Amino acid sequence: MTKIRILAGTRKGAFILTSDAERKEWDIDGPHFGGWEIYHVAASPVNPDRIYASQTSDWFGQIIQRSDDGGKTWQQPGTPPGTPEPSQDNPPAESNKFAYDVSPKSGKPLTTHQWYDGTPHPWEFKRVWHIEPCHTDPDVVYAGVEDAALFKSTNGGENWFELAGLRGHSTGMEWQPGAGGMCLHTILLDKNYPDRIYVAISAAGAFRSDDGGITWRTITNGLVSDYIPDPTGEIGHCVHRLGMHPSNPDVLFMQKHWDVMRSDDRGENWHEISGNLPSDFGFPIAVHAHEPETVYVVPIKSDSEHYPPEGKLRVYRSRGGSNEWEALTNGLPQDNCYVNVLRDAMAIDTLDDCGIYFGTTGGQIYCSPDSGDNWITVAANLPAVLSVEVQTLK
Amino acid sequence: MIRVQLPFHLTTLASCDAEIELEVAEPATALTVIEALERKYPTLQGAVLERETGRRRPKIRFFACKEDISHDAMSAPLPTKIADGSEPFMIVGAISGG
Repeated sequence: MTKIRILAGTRKGAFILTSDAERKEWDIDGPHFGGWEIYHVAASPVNPDRIYASQTSDWFGQIIQRSDDGGKTWQQPGTPPGTPEPSQDNPPAESNKFAYDVSPKSGKPLTTHQWYDGTPHPWEFKRVWHIEPCHTDPDVVYAGVEDAALFKSTNGGENWFELAGLRGHSTGMEWQPGAGGMCLHTILLDKNYPDRIYVAISAAGAFRSDDGGITWRTITNGLVSDYIPDPTGEIGHCVHRLGMHPSNPDVLFMQKHWDVMRSDDRGENWHEISGNLPSDFGFPIAVHAHEPETVYVVPIKSDSEHYPPEGKLRVYRSRGGSNEWEALTNGLPQDNCYVNVLRDAMAIDTLDDCGIYFGTTGGQIYCSPDSGDNWITVAANLPAVLSVEVQTLK
Repeated sequence: MIRVQLPFHLTTLASCDAEIELEVAEPATALTVIEALERKYPTLQGAVLERETGRRRPKIRFFACKEDISHDAMSAPLPTKIADGSEPFMIVGAISGG
Protein backbone atom coordinates (compact mmCIF):
# COMPACT_ATOMS: atom_id res chain seq x y z
CA MET A 1 0.00 0.00 0.00
CA THR A 2 1.32 3.41 -0.91
CA LYS A 3 2.34 5.54 2.04
CA ILE A 4 3.50 9.12 2.34
CA ARG A 5 6.09 10.06 4.93
CA ILE A 6 6.94 13.65 5.79
CA LEU A 7 10.31 14.29 7.42
CA ALA A 8 10.15 17.59 9.28
CA GLY A 9 13.03 19.34 10.98
CA THR A 10 12.08 21.94 13.57
CA ARG A 11 13.65 24.24 16.14
CA LYS A 12 12.95 21.68 18.85
CA GLY A 13 13.24 18.29 17.26
CA ALA A 14 12.35 16.13 14.27
CA PHE A 15 8.88 14.86 13.45
CA ILE A 16 7.83 12.07 11.14
CA LEU A 17 4.31 12.30 9.77
CA THR A 18 2.70 9.48 7.83
CA SER A 19 -0.46 8.99 5.82
CA ASP A 20 -1.90 6.77 3.16
CA ALA A 21 -2.25 7.95 -0.43
CA GLU A 22 -5.39 9.89 0.41
CA ARG A 23 -3.26 12.24 2.54
CA LYS A 24 -6.20 13.25 4.71
CA GLU A 25 -5.39 11.55 8.01
CA TRP A 26 -1.90 11.91 9.43
CA ASP A 27 -0.05 10.26 12.27
CA ILE A 28 2.58 12.40 13.92
CA ASP A 29 5.60 10.73 15.50
CA GLY A 30 8.00 12.82 17.55
CA PRO A 31 9.73 14.78 18.68
CA HIS A 32 12.88 12.89 17.89
CA PHE A 33 15.91 14.57 19.48
CA GLY A 34 13.57 16.79 21.52
CA GLY A 35 14.97 20.19 22.30
CA TRP A 36 17.60 20.07 19.56
CA GLU A 37 17.50 22.10 16.38
CA ILE A 38 17.01 19.78 13.43
CA TYR A 39 18.01 21.69 10.35
CA HIS A 40 17.28 18.96 7.84
CA VAL A 41 16.08 15.38 7.60
CA ALA A 42 16.56 13.62 4.26
CA ALA A 43 16.13 10.06 3.05
CA SER A 44 18.07 8.05 0.51
CA PRO A 45 16.22 7.75 -2.80
CA VAL A 46 17.50 4.18 -3.19
CA ASN A 47 16.90 2.98 0.35
CA PRO A 48 13.92 4.85 1.78
CA ASP A 49 14.48 3.42 5.25
CA ARG A 50 17.84 5.14 5.42
CA ILE A 51 17.31 8.63 6.74
CA TYR A 52 19.91 11.21 7.69
CA ALA A 53 19.31 14.07 10.12
CA SER A 54 21.32 17.15 10.96
CA GLN A 55 20.99 17.70 14.70
CA THR A 56 22.64 20.89 15.82
CA SER A 57 23.05 23.20 18.77
CA ASP A 58 24.79 26.46 19.48
CA TRP A 59 25.76 24.88 22.78
CA PHE A 60 26.80 21.34 21.94
CA GLY A 61 27.76 21.45 18.28
CA GLN A 62 26.88 19.31 15.30
CA ILE A 63 25.54 15.78 15.41
CA ILE A 64 24.76 13.62 12.40
CA GLN A 65 22.09 11.03 13.06
CA ARG A 66 21.14 8.13 10.83
CA SER A 67 18.22 5.76 10.83
CA ASP A 68 18.17 2.50 8.90
CA ASP A 69 14.60 1.59 9.76
CA GLY A 70 12.59 4.51 8.46
CA GLY A 71 13.05 6.71 11.50
CA LYS A 72 12.11 4.26 14.26
CA THR A 73 15.60 4.17 15.73
CA TRP A 74 18.60 6.42 15.27
CA GLN A 75 22.31 6.30 15.79
CA GLN A 76 25.32 8.43 15.13
CA PRO A 77 26.94 6.70 12.13
CA GLY A 78 29.81 4.58 13.38
CA THR A 79 28.68 4.89 16.97
CA PRO A 80 25.82 2.45 17.47
CA PRO A 81 24.50 1.90 20.99
CA GLY A 82 26.90 -0.17 23.03
CA THR A 83 29.94 1.00 21.11
CA PRO A 84 33.01 -0.02 23.10
CA GLU A 85 35.47 2.53 24.34
CA PRO A 86 37.70 3.83 21.56
CA SER A 87 41.08 2.19 21.23
CA GLN A 88 43.83 1.80 18.67
CA ASP A 89 41.83 -0.95 17.01
CA ASN A 90 38.58 0.88 17.49
CA PRO A 91 39.22 4.55 16.73
CA PRO A 92 36.65 7.13 17.77
CA ALA A 93 33.84 7.70 15.33
CA GLU A 94 34.06 10.86 13.27
CA SER A 95 30.52 11.26 11.99
CA ASN A 96 30.33 14.71 13.56
CA LYS A 97 33.72 15.87 12.36
CA PHE A 98 33.62 18.40 9.54
CA ALA A 99 37.21 19.54 9.06
CA TYR A 100 37.98 22.05 6.35
CA ASP A 101 40.57 20.75 3.93
CA VAL A 102 43.66 22.92 4.21
CA SER A 103 46.05 20.47 2.63
CA PRO A 104 48.22 21.75 -0.21
CA LYS A 105 46.91 19.05 -2.53
CA SER A 106 43.43 20.51 -2.29
CA GLY A 107 44.66 23.37 -4.41
CA LYS A 108 44.20 26.71 -2.78
CA PRO A 109 43.56 26.23 0.91
CA LEU A 110 41.69 29.20 2.22
CA THR A 111 42.01 30.59 5.69
CA THR A 112 39.60 33.49 5.49
CA HIS A 113 36.47 34.76 3.84
CA GLN A 114 34.99 38.21 4.29
CA TRP A 115 33.06 39.12 7.41
CA TYR A 116 29.98 41.34 7.41
CA ASP A 117 32.18 44.43 7.63
CA GLY A 118 34.41 43.31 4.79
CA THR A 119 37.34 42.29 6.96
CA PRO A 120 38.96 38.85 6.63
CA HIS A 121 37.38 36.24 8.88
CA PRO A 122 38.56 32.69 9.49
CA TRP A 123 36.46 29.82 8.20
CA GLU A 124 34.71 28.25 11.16
CA PHE A 125 32.42 25.25 10.99
CA LYS A 126 29.08 25.91 12.67
CA ARG A 127 26.47 23.45 11.43
CA VAL A 128 25.10 21.32 8.64
CA TRP A 129 22.25 23.12 6.91
CA HIS A 130 21.38 20.60 4.24
CA ILE A 131 21.87 16.89 3.60
CA GLU A 132 21.59 15.50 0.08
CA PRO A 133 21.72 11.72 -0.26
CA CYS A 134 23.00 10.31 -3.55
CA HIS A 135 20.55 9.01 -6.15
CA THR A 136 22.33 5.69 -6.58
CA ASP A 137 24.21 4.74 -3.42
CA PRO A 138 22.69 4.97 0.07
CA ASP A 139 26.15 5.28 1.61
CA VAL A 140 27.02 8.37 -0.41
CA VAL A 141 25.69 11.61 0.96
CA TYR A 142 26.56 15.29 0.69
CA ALA A 143 26.34 17.95 3.37
CA GLY A 144 26.14 21.69 2.91
CA VAL A 145 27.57 23.53 5.89
CA GLU A 146 28.09 26.92 7.49
CA ASP A 147 30.68 28.48 6.99
CA ALA A 148 29.99 27.60 3.41
CA ALA A 149 31.55 24.39 2.19
CA LEU A 150 30.47 21.12 0.65
CA PHE A 151 31.29 17.85 2.37
CA LYS A 152 30.81 14.28 1.18
CA SER A 153 30.62 10.92 2.89
CA THR A 154 30.98 7.60 1.12
CA ASN A 155 30.34 5.40 4.14
CA GLY A 156 26.90 6.39 5.32
CA GLY A 157 28.00 9.44 7.24
CA GLU A 158 30.71 7.81 9.37
CA ASN A 159 33.37 10.10 7.94
CA TRP A 160 33.20 13.31 5.95
CA PHE A 161 35.67 14.99 3.64
CA GLU A 162 35.47 18.36 2.02
CA LEU A 163 35.14 18.90 -1.71
CA ALA A 164 37.55 21.75 -1.31
CA GLY A 165 37.55 22.93 -4.89
CA LEU A 166 34.41 24.89 -4.14
CA ARG A 167 35.97 27.06 -1.45
CA GLY A 168 39.08 27.14 -3.60
CA HIS A 169 37.16 28.94 -6.32
CA SER A 170 38.92 32.14 -7.27
CA THR A 171 36.20 34.17 -5.56
CA GLY A 172 36.25 32.23 -2.27
CA MET A 173 38.10 34.82 -0.25
CA GLU A 174 35.48 37.43 -1.21
CA TRP A 175 32.41 35.48 -0.08
CA GLN A 176 30.40 37.17 2.65
CA PRO A 177 27.66 35.83 4.94
CA GLY A 178 24.03 36.78 4.72
CA ALA A 179 22.05 37.59 7.83
CA GLY A 180 21.53 33.90 8.55
CA GLY A 181 25.22 33.12 8.28
CA MET A 182 27.34 32.04 5.36
CA CYS A 183 25.59 28.80 4.66
CA LEU A 184 25.63 26.32 1.83
CA HIS A 185 21.95 25.47 1.88
CA THR A 186 21.10 23.98 -1.48
CA ILE A 187 22.57 20.93 -3.21
CA LEU A 188 21.10 19.61 -6.47
CA LEU A 189 22.35 16.37 -7.98
CA ASP A 190 21.64 15.71 -11.64
CA LYS A 191 20.41 12.11 -11.97
CA ASN A 192 21.19 12.12 -15.67
CA TYR A 193 24.72 13.41 -15.31
CA PRO A 194 26.15 12.01 -12.08
CA ASP A 195 29.17 14.29 -12.01
CA ARG A 196 27.04 17.43 -12.14
CA ILE A 197 26.36 19.18 -8.84
CA TYR A 198 24.73 22.54 -8.19
CA VAL A 199 25.06 24.40 -4.91
CA ALA A 200 23.81 27.71 -3.60
CA ILE A 201 25.37 29.79 -0.86
CA SER A 202 24.04 32.78 1.02
CA ALA A 203 25.34 35.25 0.13
CA ALA A 204 27.96 34.09 -2.33
CA GLY A 205 25.66 32.90 -5.12
CA ALA A 206 25.26 29.73 -7.15
CA PHE A 207 27.88 27.33 -8.45
CA ARG A 208 28.04 24.29 -10.70
CA SER A 209 30.50 21.45 -10.94
CA ASP A 210 30.61 19.10 -13.92
CA ASP A 211 33.32 16.85 -12.51
CA GLY A 212 31.89 15.56 -9.26
CA GLY A 213 32.83 18.56 -7.19
CA ILE A 214 36.50 18.92 -8.09
CA THR A 215 36.17 22.20 -9.97
CA TRP A 216 33.41 24.78 -9.87
CA ARG A 217 32.14 27.73 -11.84
CA THR A 218 29.80 30.50 -10.85
CA ILE A 219 26.40 30.40 -12.52
CA THR A 220 25.14 33.90 -11.88
CA ASN A 221 24.97 35.55 -15.29
CA GLY A 222 21.70 37.42 -15.51
CA LEU A 223 21.18 37.82 -11.79
CA VAL A 224 20.67 41.40 -10.62
CA SER A 225 20.95 42.23 -6.93
CA ASP A 226 20.65 45.87 -6.01
CA TYR A 227 21.85 45.22 -2.45
CA ILE A 228 25.45 44.52 -3.49
CA PRO A 229 28.00 47.04 -4.78
CA ASP A 230 28.01 45.52 -8.27
CA PRO A 231 24.41 44.39 -8.87
CA THR A 232 25.43 42.13 -11.75
CA GLY A 233 28.68 40.89 -10.24
CA GLU A 234 29.89 37.32 -10.36
CA ILE A 235 29.29 36.74 -6.64
CA GLY A 236 27.38 38.29 -3.75
CA HIS A 237 23.89 37.27 -4.88
CA CYS A 238 21.80 35.91 -2.05
CA VAL A 239 20.35 32.83 -3.70
CA HIS A 240 17.69 31.34 -1.46
CA ARG A 241 16.90 28.12 -3.24
CA LEU A 242 17.26 26.26 -6.54
CA GLY A 243 14.77 23.85 -8.10
CA MET A 244 15.09 21.32 -10.91
CA HIS A 245 12.94 18.64 -12.47
CA PRO A 246 14.79 15.38 -13.04
CA SER A 247 13.33 14.91 -16.51
CA ASN A 248 14.49 18.31 -17.66
CA PRO A 249 17.74 18.92 -15.80
CA ASP A 250 19.00 21.71 -18.02
CA VAL A 251 16.23 23.95 -16.69
CA LEU A 252 16.75 25.47 -13.26
CA PHE A 253 14.49 27.65 -11.19
CA MET A 254 15.71 30.02 -8.49
CA GLN A 255 14.14 31.92 -5.63
CA LYS A 256 16.57 34.71 -4.94
CA HIS A 257 16.56 37.19 -2.07
CA TRP A 258 14.45 39.20 -4.46
CA ASP A 259 13.41 37.84 -7.88
CA VAL A 260 12.27 34.47 -9.12
CA MET A 261 14.57 33.35 -11.92
CA ARG A 262 14.82 30.71 -14.60
CA SER A 263 17.71 29.26 -16.55
CA ASP A 264 17.38 27.03 -19.61
CA ASP A 265 21.06 26.21 -19.92
CA ARG A 266 22.21 24.69 -16.60
CA GLY A 267 22.59 28.06 -14.97
CA GLU A 268 24.75 29.69 -17.61
CA ASN A 269 22.17 32.44 -18.09
CA TRP A 270 19.19 33.50 -16.03
CA HIS A 271 16.10 35.54 -16.73
CA GLU A 272 13.45 36.78 -14.38
CA ILE A 273 10.02 35.16 -14.22
CA SER A 274 8.59 37.05 -11.23
CA GLY A 275 5.75 38.32 -13.44
CA ASN A 276 2.56 39.04 -11.51
CA LEU A 277 3.68 37.74 -8.11
CA PRO A 278 2.59 40.06 -5.29
CA SER A 279 6.19 39.95 -4.06
CA ASP A 280 9.17 38.24 -5.60
CA PHE A 281 10.91 37.88 -2.25
CA GLY A 282 10.70 34.44 -0.69
CA PHE A 283 12.67 31.38 0.29
CA PRO A 284 11.55 28.01 -1.14
CA ILE A 285 10.87 27.00 -4.72
CA ALA A 286 9.62 23.61 -5.87
CA VAL A 287 8.83 21.89 -9.16
CA HIS A 288 5.82 19.64 -9.76
CA ALA A 289 6.63 15.92 -9.84
CA HIS A 290 5.16 15.29 -13.28
CA GLU A 291 5.02 18.71 -14.91
CA PRO A 292 8.56 20.02 -15.37
CA GLU A 293 7.28 23.49 -16.21
CA THR A 294 5.05 23.86 -13.16
CA VAL A 295 6.72 25.75 -10.35
CA TYR A 296 5.67 26.78 -6.85
CA VAL A 297 6.82 29.66 -4.63
CA VAL A 298 5.57 31.30 -1.43
CA PRO A 299 5.84 35.09 -1.71
CA ILE A 300 6.99 36.93 1.39
CA LYS A 301 6.36 40.65 1.75
CA SER A 302 9.96 41.83 1.92
CA ASP A 303 13.42 41.15 3.24
CA SER A 304 12.61 43.27 6.28
CA GLU A 305 9.16 41.80 6.86
CA HIS A 306 9.42 38.04 6.74
CA TYR A 307 5.69 37.33 6.48
CA PRO A 308 3.17 36.96 3.65
CA PRO A 309 1.82 40.07 1.90
CA GLU A 310 -1.49 41.27 3.38
CA GLY A 311 -1.35 38.57 6.03
CA LYS A 312 -2.53 36.02 3.45
CA LEU A 313 -0.63 32.75 3.17
CA ARG A 314 -0.60 32.04 -0.55
CA VAL A 315 1.33 29.55 -2.59
CA TYR A 316 1.78 30.70 -6.16
CA ARG A 317 1.91 28.32 -9.11
CA SER A 318 3.20 28.98 -12.59
CA ARG A 319 2.06 26.35 -15.06
CA GLY A 320 4.56 27.38 -17.68
CA GLY A 321 7.54 28.17 -15.52
CA SER A 322 7.16 31.74 -16.69
CA ASN A 323 5.74 35.11 -15.66
CA GLU A 324 2.14 33.99 -15.20
CA TRP A 325 1.35 33.00 -11.61
CA GLU A 326 -1.88 31.98 -9.90
CA ALA A 327 -2.59 32.19 -6.19
CA LEU A 328 -3.42 28.93 -4.42
CA THR A 329 -5.34 29.72 -1.27
CA ASN A 330 -8.09 27.17 -0.66
CA GLY A 331 -7.52 25.87 2.85
CA LEU A 332 -4.71 28.28 3.74
CA PRO A 333 -5.21 31.15 6.23
CA GLN A 334 -6.21 34.31 4.39
CA ASP A 335 -6.16 36.81 7.21
CA ASN A 336 -3.80 37.71 10.01
CA CYS A 337 -1.18 35.19 8.98
CA TYR A 338 2.35 36.33 9.65
CA VAL A 339 4.48 33.22 9.42
CA ASN A 340 7.44 32.58 7.16
CA VAL A 341 8.28 29.56 5.03
CA LEU A 342 11.97 28.78 5.08
CA ARG A 343 14.05 27.67 2.13
CA ASP A 344 14.18 23.96 2.91
CA ALA A 345 10.59 23.74 4.08
CA MET A 346 8.78 22.88 0.84
CA ALA A 347 8.61 19.51 -0.87
CA ILE A 348 6.55 17.35 -3.20
CA ASP A 349 5.44 13.75 -3.39
CA THR A 350 5.39 11.70 -6.58
CA LEU A 351 1.84 10.35 -6.56
CA ASP A 352 -0.07 10.86 -9.79
CA ASP A 353 -1.86 13.95 -8.49
CA CYS A 354 1.36 15.30 -6.92
CA GLY A 355 1.14 16.42 -3.34
CA ILE A 356 2.70 19.74 -2.36
CA TYR A 357 3.86 20.29 1.22
CA PHE A 358 5.33 23.13 3.22
CA GLY A 359 6.04 24.02 6.83
CA THR A 360 5.98 27.40 8.51
CA THR A 361 7.83 29.20 11.25
CA GLY A 362 4.51 29.11 13.11
CA GLY A 363 4.70 25.35 13.38
CA GLN A 364 2.13 24.42 10.75
CA ILE A 365 2.60 21.86 8.03
CA TYR A 366 0.23 22.07 5.09
CA CYS A 367 -0.42 19.54 2.35
CA SER A 368 -2.16 19.87 -0.96
CA PRO A 369 -3.03 16.43 -2.35
CA ASP A 370 -3.99 17.90 -5.74
CA SER A 371 -1.06 19.92 -7.02
CA GLY A 372 -1.94 22.97 -4.98
CA ASP A 373 -5.65 23.46 -5.65
CA ASN A 374 -6.72 22.59 -2.10
CA TRP A 375 -4.83 22.50 1.16
CA ILE A 376 -5.24 20.72 4.48
CA THR A 377 -3.48 21.28 7.75
CA VAL A 378 -1.32 18.28 8.54
CA ALA A 379 0.05 19.66 11.81
CA ALA A 380 -0.93 22.90 13.51
CA ASN A 381 1.26 23.36 16.52
CA LEU A 382 4.76 22.06 15.96
CA PRO A 383 7.86 24.09 16.79
CA ALA A 384 9.03 26.41 14.03
CA VAL A 385 9.55 24.27 10.95
CA LEU A 386 13.00 24.48 9.42
CA SER A 387 12.73 21.80 6.76
CA VAL A 388 10.25 19.49 5.08
CA GLU A 389 11.04 16.48 2.92
CA VAL A 390 8.52 13.96 1.62
CA GLN A 391 8.88 10.31 0.76
CA THR A 392 6.48 8.41 -1.49
CA LEU A 393 6.68 4.84 -0.29
CA LYS A 394 5.25 2.16 -2.56
CA MET B 1 34.70 7.66 41.43
CA ILE B 2 33.84 11.11 40.16
CA ARG B 3 30.24 12.23 39.93
CA VAL B 4 29.39 14.25 36.81
CA GLN B 5 26.18 16.14 36.25
CA LEU B 6 25.13 16.70 32.65
CA PRO B 7 22.72 19.14 31.01
CA PHE B 8 19.54 17.76 29.48
CA HIS B 9 20.70 17.77 25.87
CA LEU B 10 23.74 15.66 26.67
CA THR B 11 21.69 13.15 28.61
CA THR B 12 19.46 12.67 25.59
CA LEU B 13 22.45 12.36 23.31
CA ALA B 14 24.10 9.74 25.52
CA SER B 15 20.90 8.10 26.75
CA CYS B 16 22.13 8.40 30.32
CA ASP B 17 21.01 9.82 33.63
CA ALA B 18 21.52 13.45 34.59
CA GLU B 19 24.23 12.33 37.01
CA ILE B 20 26.74 9.67 36.10
CA GLU B 21 29.87 8.27 37.68
CA LEU B 22 33.25 8.01 36.02
CA GLU B 23 36.50 6.29 36.88
CA VAL B 24 39.20 8.92 36.45
CA ALA B 25 42.88 8.46 37.20
CA GLU B 26 44.43 10.73 39.79
CA PRO B 27 44.97 13.59 39.73
CA ALA B 28 41.61 14.24 38.13
CA THR B 29 41.37 17.34 35.97
CA ALA B 30 38.63 18.83 33.86
CA LEU B 31 40.35 17.40 30.81
CA THR B 32 40.66 13.87 32.17
CA VAL B 33 37.04 13.95 33.29
CA ILE B 34 35.87 14.95 29.81
CA GLU B 35 38.13 12.35 28.24
CA ALA B 36 36.66 9.69 30.53
CA LEU B 37 33.17 10.95 29.71
CA GLU B 38 33.80 10.64 25.97
CA ARG B 39 35.28 7.16 26.38
CA LYS B 40 32.27 5.92 28.29
CA TYR B 41 29.77 7.73 26.08
CA PRO B 42 31.24 7.99 22.56
CA THR B 43 28.18 9.82 21.29
CA LEU B 44 29.31 12.82 23.34
CA GLN B 45 32.57 13.22 21.45
CA GLY B 46 32.85 16.83 20.39
CA ALA B 47 29.78 17.96 22.30
CA VAL B 48 31.66 19.43 25.26
CA LEU B 49 35.06 20.18 23.77
CA GLU B 50 35.40 21.30 20.16
CA ARG B 51 36.79 18.49 18.03
CA GLU B 52 39.20 20.64 16.08
CA THR B 53 40.66 22.74 18.86
CA GLY B 54 40.01 20.74 22.01
CA ARG B 55 38.67 23.92 23.60
CA ARG B 56 35.61 24.02 25.79
CA ARG B 57 32.62 25.05 23.73
CA PRO B 58 31.80 28.73 24.32
CA LYS B 59 28.35 28.14 25.80
CA ILE B 60 29.44 25.42 28.20
CA ARG B 61 30.68 25.98 31.73
CA PHE B 62 32.28 23.75 34.34
CA PHE B 63 31.20 24.24 37.95
CA ALA B 64 32.84 22.63 40.96
CA CYS B 65 32.11 23.21 44.66
CA LYS B 66 30.02 26.31 43.89
CA GLU B 67 32.80 27.83 41.80
CA ASP B 68 32.91 28.46 38.07
CA ILE B 69 36.16 26.80 37.07
CA SER B 70 35.58 27.16 33.35
CA HIS B 71 38.52 29.46 32.91
CA ASP B 72 40.95 27.42 34.97
CA ALA B 73 43.50 25.40 33.06
CA MET B 74 41.98 22.17 31.79
CA SER B 75 44.98 20.39 33.28
CA ALA B 76 44.53 21.88 36.77
CA PRO B 77 43.72 19.31 39.48
CA LEU B 78 40.08 19.41 40.53
CA PRO B 79 39.13 20.16 44.17
CA THR B 80 39.41 17.27 46.60
CA LYS B 81 35.65 17.08 47.09
CA ILE B 82 35.23 16.53 43.36
CA ALA B 83 38.00 13.96 43.24
CA ASP B 84 36.57 11.95 46.14
CA GLY B 85 33.01 12.11 44.82
CA SER B 86 31.47 14.09 47.65
CA GLU B 87 30.64 16.94 45.27
CA PRO B 88 29.65 16.64 41.58
CA PHE B 89 31.55 18.05 38.66
CA MET B 90 28.91 20.01 36.78
CA ILE B 91 28.83 20.50 33.02
CA VAL B 92 26.43 23.36 32.45
CA GLY B 93 24.89 24.83 29.32
CA ALA B 94 24.46 28.60 29.26
CA ILE B 95 20.93 29.65 30.09
CA SER B 96 18.89 30.98 27.22
CA GLY B 97 15.40 32.27 26.71
CA GLY B 98 13.00 31.02 24.10
